[in-house]
Amino acid sequence: MSGGAKAWFQSWLRKWNGPAGGCGAGLLSKSIGRRDALKMLGGGAAASGAVVNAFAPVNLLSGSSEEREKAVIDWKEFFKTNYRLMNDRERADTIERLERKYKLERNLDVKISTAGPLPNVLYGYAFNLSKCKGYRECIRACIQENNQDRASNMQYIRIFEKPMGSMSVESGDARYYHEVPAEGHFYMGTQCFQCDNPPCVRVCPTGATWKEQDGIVVIDYDWCIGCRYCQAACPYWARRFNWKEPTVPNEEVNPNQHYLGNRLRKKGVMEKCTYCIQRTRQGRLPACAEACPTGARTFGNLLDPGSEIRYILAHKKVFRLKEDLNTEPKFWYYMD
Amino acid sequence: MPMTLIYFLRDALREATSGGRKYHLWMGALTLVMLTGAYAYSIQFREGLGVTGMTDHVSWGLYISNFTFLVGVAAAAVMLVMPAYILHDVDFKRAVMLGEGVAVSAVVMCLCFVMADMGGPHRGWHLIPVIGYFNWPQSMLTWDVIVLNGYLALNLLIPFYILFSHYRNRDPNPTLYVPFVILSVFWAVSIHLVTAFLYAGLVARPFWNSALMGPRFLASAFAAGPALILLALAVIRSQTSFAIEDTTIRKLSLVITVAAQINLIMLGCEVFKEFYWPSEHSASAVYLFFGHHGHHALNPWIWTSIAMNVVATGIMTVHSARRCHHLLYPACVLLFTAIWIEKGMGLIVPGFIPSPLGELVEYMPTWIEVAVTLGIWATGLFVFTVLVRVALPIELGRLRAPGTNR
Repeated sequence: MSGGAKAWFQSWLRKWNGPAGGCGAGLLSKSIGRRDALKMLGGGAAASGAVVNAFAPVNLLSGSSEEREKAVIDWKEFFKTNYRLMNDRERADTIERLERKYKLERNLDVKISTAGPLPNVLYGYAFNLSKCKGYRECIRACIQENNQDRASNMQYIRIFEKPMGSMSVESGDARYYHEVPAEGHFYMGTQCFQCDNPPCVRVCPTGATWKEQDGIVVIDYDWCIGCRYCQAACPYWARRFNWKEPTVPNEEVNPNQHYLGNRLRKKGVMEKCTYCIQRTRQGRLPACAEACPTGARTFGNLLDPGSEIRYILAHKKVFRLKEDLNTEPKFWYYMD
Repeated sequence: MPMTLIYFLRDALREATSGGRKYHLWMGALTLVMLTGAYAYSIQFREGLGVTGMTDHVSWGLYISNFTFLVGVAAAAVMLVMPAYILHDVDFKRAVMLGEGVAVSAVVMCLCFVMADMGGPHRGWHLIPVIGYFNWPQSMLTWDVIVLNGYLALNLLIPFYILFSHYRNRDPNPTLYVPFVILSVFWAVSIHLVTAFLYAGLVARPFWNSALMGPRFLASAFAAGPALILLALAVIRSQTSFAIEDTTIRKLSLVITVAAQINLIMLGCEVFKEFYWPSEHSASAVYLFFGHHGHHALNPWIWTSIAMNVVATGIMTVHSARRCHHLLYPACVLLFTAIWIEKGMGLIVPGFIPSPLGELVEYMPTWIEVAVTLGIWATGLFVFTVLVRVALPIELGRLRAPGTNR
């Protein structure tokens, strides 16, 4: 083990064996309305820490120093709690572990952010049906930005080619392989609509998915148990499951990541569009909106009266998909 | 008393591991199927759920189908429990212990199927209250966790108390166990209703989003469950000295008949609703019964199921036919199979086809899924056989604690 890594490891171990930090102040960036569960979890986290401490020496007895380090990281990662219930220090610790893990396992340098929601921001999206020509540049950008599995060709966005004269969901075809735009057709993009009343969040048995203050519905990939109840509950088919170990070649990995966004996933967990949380919380556009060559996509802050999205909502005749379900999507369609 | 418990466990183990050639062959065969299932599962655990036929479009398949069906089988034990313990029906009293054995085995299978379907079973502790995050009461799945584990506990404790009392040559004290029996009756109804609500609560899936879901689950369960119990009784009657009266079989078959008839009426209601005015919400039903846009994979399943259902219900509706065991037993097999298909390929799978965005992707289980499924069924049969093997000698008075009067 190199000197630097060793020093890091020792400081890390010291932190490890230091006084068990309960779930104290600054615990949540937002209220989850479950104070009782929180208190119980504080106790649970301390107990699981004790279990790790009991087992870690066993892992430290065998293998090379790097293997030992990885084993310790894996143990600590396994027993960490739901992201929503972590305090700032626990969040910093898991980021440090994850970044180190990718370095050790894949020789990959990534930067994982835990940036919280920006104040007075509620994200919304508008899609101009008159402008979209079905080029699917948005899909390509999304895959690259969000480190989606290359082997299964996972895509969050679907562009449906629909014949003029029908808005029915059944009339769309997302598997077109010809020159676009096709005569007599229009194009309609779907992705996660970040519902204000999301069915996927209600059904999750472990609270591994939730709506953030800025309206983005996120998943804690390390807390998801892979039951896929959310996938059955989503009326917009927005959620994807990692049926196998996802693969992204090192040279294609986007290293600018967010814990709740495009960090690397593992097999057996759900994932979905997060309006590119790693970009949008830095004030940037989602990759799909930036990549669109036709200007069909408008992204912005619904709480800002001067935003373009507010202009569209005020001046265009907009509609949302399946409004009758009361899911309140924050994704509107309109026509010029 | 603690010593007696040790004797009990020792005697139970001895009863479960000793037997004739036939018994060992049976248990050996089950073990072989279980091992094959374990091997298949090891592949799935290593590679991920991608080795199954499931996709992002059809994201639940054979596992959740079997889970749904078996919750019903477990719930059906109540059809024996209530008459025996509360109404003091002596005919059912001999059979009730076996009914509870079926319930225990079925719940064990349910839990296995849920585990097999999970992407991260090793992270299952995340939903244990206190140490994990239990999203109750919002998530119907957390309700299901509560009711299934509670039902398992009830169906282990009540028969254990009664058997252990008999083992010690004492009469069980009704004031101690009857309250739990009454609780278990309500609990049985709840496990199947909660499982129905798991699906019925999803607005994304119009095929499931129906008020009839719960009642239909109960009706089909009270047909399929007792049908299995009746077949088990038939086997035990022919293979052991445990006497099952004809009246027990007769009463049980009447329960099955009424439930099967109600189930068929409800099928009619659903078919009417979907096909009198087929809307876009009827797409799953259209696909299931007749095929949709050139896709027909489920048609043979549902029509086979309906044919079996109608024939079995027909046989059982005619009094003289139902009383003839040569017709009754095959009718029970038909009914059980019909409802198994109905709950899986006829309910869970078509709920996903087409997708909420209208895309049509079909589903076919892989050999790994089939092997794991068979393995879990073998586990259930294994558990049931062991339970019966221990319960029968005690109930026959053959097995008693050392030092007690025979």
